[in-house]
Amino acid sequence: MDLKRRVIGKGVLAAAVALAFAGAAHADDVIRIGVLATLEGPFAAGGQDGIRGAELALKQKNGMAGGHKIEFVKGSSNATPDKAVGATRKLVEQDKVQIMIGPLSGDEGIAVKNYSKSQPGVTFINGSSGAQATTLVDPSANFFRFHTEGAQWMVGLGEHALAKGYKKMYLIAEDYGFPYSQVQGFMASYCAKGGHIVGKSWVPLGTKDYSSVVSKIPGDIDAVLVVLGGADAVNFLTQYEQAGGDKPMVGGTITVDQTVLNYKGKRRESLVGTPSAGPMADSLDTPEWKKFVSDYKANFKDGFPSPSLFAFLYYISTKAALEGLDAVKGDLSDGQKKYRAALQKLVVKGPAGDIRIDENRNGVGTTYITEVVKNADGSLASKVIKSVPNVSQTLGLSKAEFQKMGLGSRDVPNCP
Amino acid sequence: MSAAHWRRAMNAGAAAVANPVAHVAGATPAGHPVSGGWGIRRRIAAIRPRHLIGLAALLLYPWIATPFFTFQIGGQSLALGLIALSLTFLAGSGGMVSLAQMTVAGIAAYVVAIFGFSAADHISLGWPWWLAASMAVVIATIAATFIGWLSVRTEGIYTIMITLAIGVAFQYLCVQNYSLFNGFQGFQKVEAPVAFGVNWHDATPFYYLALFCALGGYWLVQYVLRAPFGLALQGVRDNPRRMNSLGFDVVAHRVAAYTLAGFLAAVGGVLLVWYDGLVTPGTVGTGALIKILIIAVLGGMRHPLGAFIGAVIYVLLQNFAIDLLGNDYRERFNTVIGGVFLVIVLFSPDGMLGWWVQLRTRFAARRGPGAETRRLPQQQGR
Repeated sequence: MDLKRRVIGKGVLAAAVALAFAGAAHADDVIRIGVLATLEGPFAAGGQDGIRGAELALKQKNGMAGGHKIEFVKGSSNATPDKAVGATRKLVEQDKVQIMIGPLSGDEGIAVKNYSKSQPGVTFINGSSGAQATTLVDPSANFFRFHTEGAQWMVGLGEHALAKGYKKMYLIAEDYGFPYSQVQGFMASYCAKGGHIVGKSWVPLGTKDYSSVVSKIPGDIDAVLVVLGGADAVNFLTQYEQAGGDKPMVGGTITVDQTVLNYKGKRRESLVGTPSAGPMADSLDTPEWKKFVSDYKANFKDGFPSPSLFAFLYYISTKAALEGLDAVKGDLSDGQKKYRAALQKLVVKGPAGDIRIDENRNGVGTTYITEVVKNADGSLASKVIKSVPNVSQTLGLSKAEFQKMGLGSRDVPNCP
Repeated sequence: MSAAHWRRAMNAGAAAVANPVAHVAGATPAGHPVSGGWGIRRRIAAIRPRHLIGLAALLLYPWIATPFFTFQIGGQSLALGLIALSLTFLAGSGGMVSLAQMTVAGIAAYVVAIFGFSAADHISLGWPWWLAASMAVVIATIAATFIGWLSVRTEGIYTIMITLAIGVAFQYLCVQNYSLFNGFQGFQKVEAPVAFGVNWHDATPFYYLALFCALGGYWLVQYVLRAPFGLALQGVRDNPRRMNSLGFDVVAHRVAAYTLAGFLAAVGGVLLVWYDGLVTPGTVGTGALIKILIIAVLGGMRHPLGAFIGAVIYVLLQNFAIDLLGNDYRERFNTVIGGVFLVIVLFSPDGMLGWWVQLRTRFAARRGPGAETRRLPQQQGR
């Protein structure tokens, strides 16, 4: 027993020493790219799918870009900004990656962008984090985002709701950065064109009891705008229905997912026609999208039935990073100046339309408006009914107008 | 760590003299009379070569390590270690396991953000850094005293429960309050100050700042443990009823221990917010509360050094466990972390320090009884 203890004790010490020296050597002809996603914490499943997206983009190019072999070094965070910066710092300063892809969620993105300013020799490409402020407020010269963000994903949905005759709506949304952006994307045009959000209920993330919210919803509205995650949206719908609510729903980007489409309550029928919007749609009918889905399914037997939003966004981000390397033939010299110039000019042909970036290095792309439809067999599905091309981060407003409105928050915009 | 446990240990005191693991604090070996107090001569006499070597290694570390190792490993370990030190002091010397030490640190971090500068400038008051930092330490220490005053009437698992409840309540307050704590977003860009011509967020300055605070905290705990208050506190831990009948105010001693531990945690909290550059409800979440407990248990509670050893192990694992697995299994790194933790606590009930003592004892036994007991880490009464 004593001997065993001693051996194990020394083994652990040796392991700790080995840990301290691990991960330094790398060959010159290999380009190392750090990929950071949430492999732990509340978004672990999403983070794993994000990694799948990144791996798919590399696989499609047979692991090569710009004539060099590409090596991914994965890092993990738990969706908190401090952990994201810690993991990024480790990948950049310890593992010496030359390009960084990540992180996944909004507040992480802002923190990593701030960190990127202290590492001008490395190019940072956002993974899937969708906070507006990342590229709008105090942007960083070496931080790129090759996709659109939370507010852009809702552009066009406001007009669509008005066209359906929803002139007065009540908002219920989760109380953090991403829904603020989503609501702003909706309200910017909705308010400008004469719609009214008569009241707002911001609920903490993961709320299960919506009775106090339901009792606040006025009777004279035309629809409720629900910006909750799918499972929470079902909780809300059930309680709203039990309280006798009968108004139709308009959903955010992550609201109308499979949990909502499988909803079994009495109001199931009334879900038909529920609009929502996002940067992609499962039911997209283009060859590019179909190829993306079939490649995803062929490569990842343990993946989701269809690529998630995170897989899609990490895929585009990685694709952009690799195509940029192709454009400069893997030349990352001179503080990566040429590479960044190539990225700036790049137009990524993504599975859901072309993406280019603006002068703040934020994506300009297409937003898809979908509606819930009923299939012949009675099941519900979401169907693309409209696409809004060239959505910019100022949501179609001029820069001055947008700045006057400010970034989305609990009270911005407002049109009671 | 129940009262009964301590009492048993106390009653077994006579038999334990022969066993080096059970020395009582202050019962230093011959040649170092404890009653000599802390005069200069006594203090110099207490310095041994290993102390000087250790100090030199700590001071030289940034000159040989990369900025990454200086800042993310060194600086972070020292800041976390200081917070864990507050727990090992409470638990090791006071017999009170408080899960709310991270909450105290979090309060300090929030106060720095609220009184100083942050991205949420509609809340932050923009006071100079030294005023914000001292406000943070004062307010967090008062909060710690209050937490102590609430929880000292409980023992063992009930102390853990009540401090956990306080910690979780504070986290929910942070998530849901917008006028003061800025809700889910918390405070971003709480930058370490640029003072005396030095940017304290740079790797080496931050390391030295953290080292200064950590050494200060280490010395303070060492000093208090040998002072009358510390000895009385250990008496209260071992047998509160007996101490009470001897005329000691048990509750007052315990609350004072919380105050002192709160001061250490508050300084650690200020360091932590400058290290991270932000404070959010996640900083004081349940995971963070448990993290401090894990660090304390990993390192061991018998000596103030344990908290820092635990912190170094924790930070190294957090950063490098992911490299131990092949590229296809990197997402399984939490299994490695959990496995190492399990091995440490399974084979040594008192963390790394326990191992150290076991090894010492074994070598000493080989060379002849008692040969090495003199240089054992100072015991806090097991």
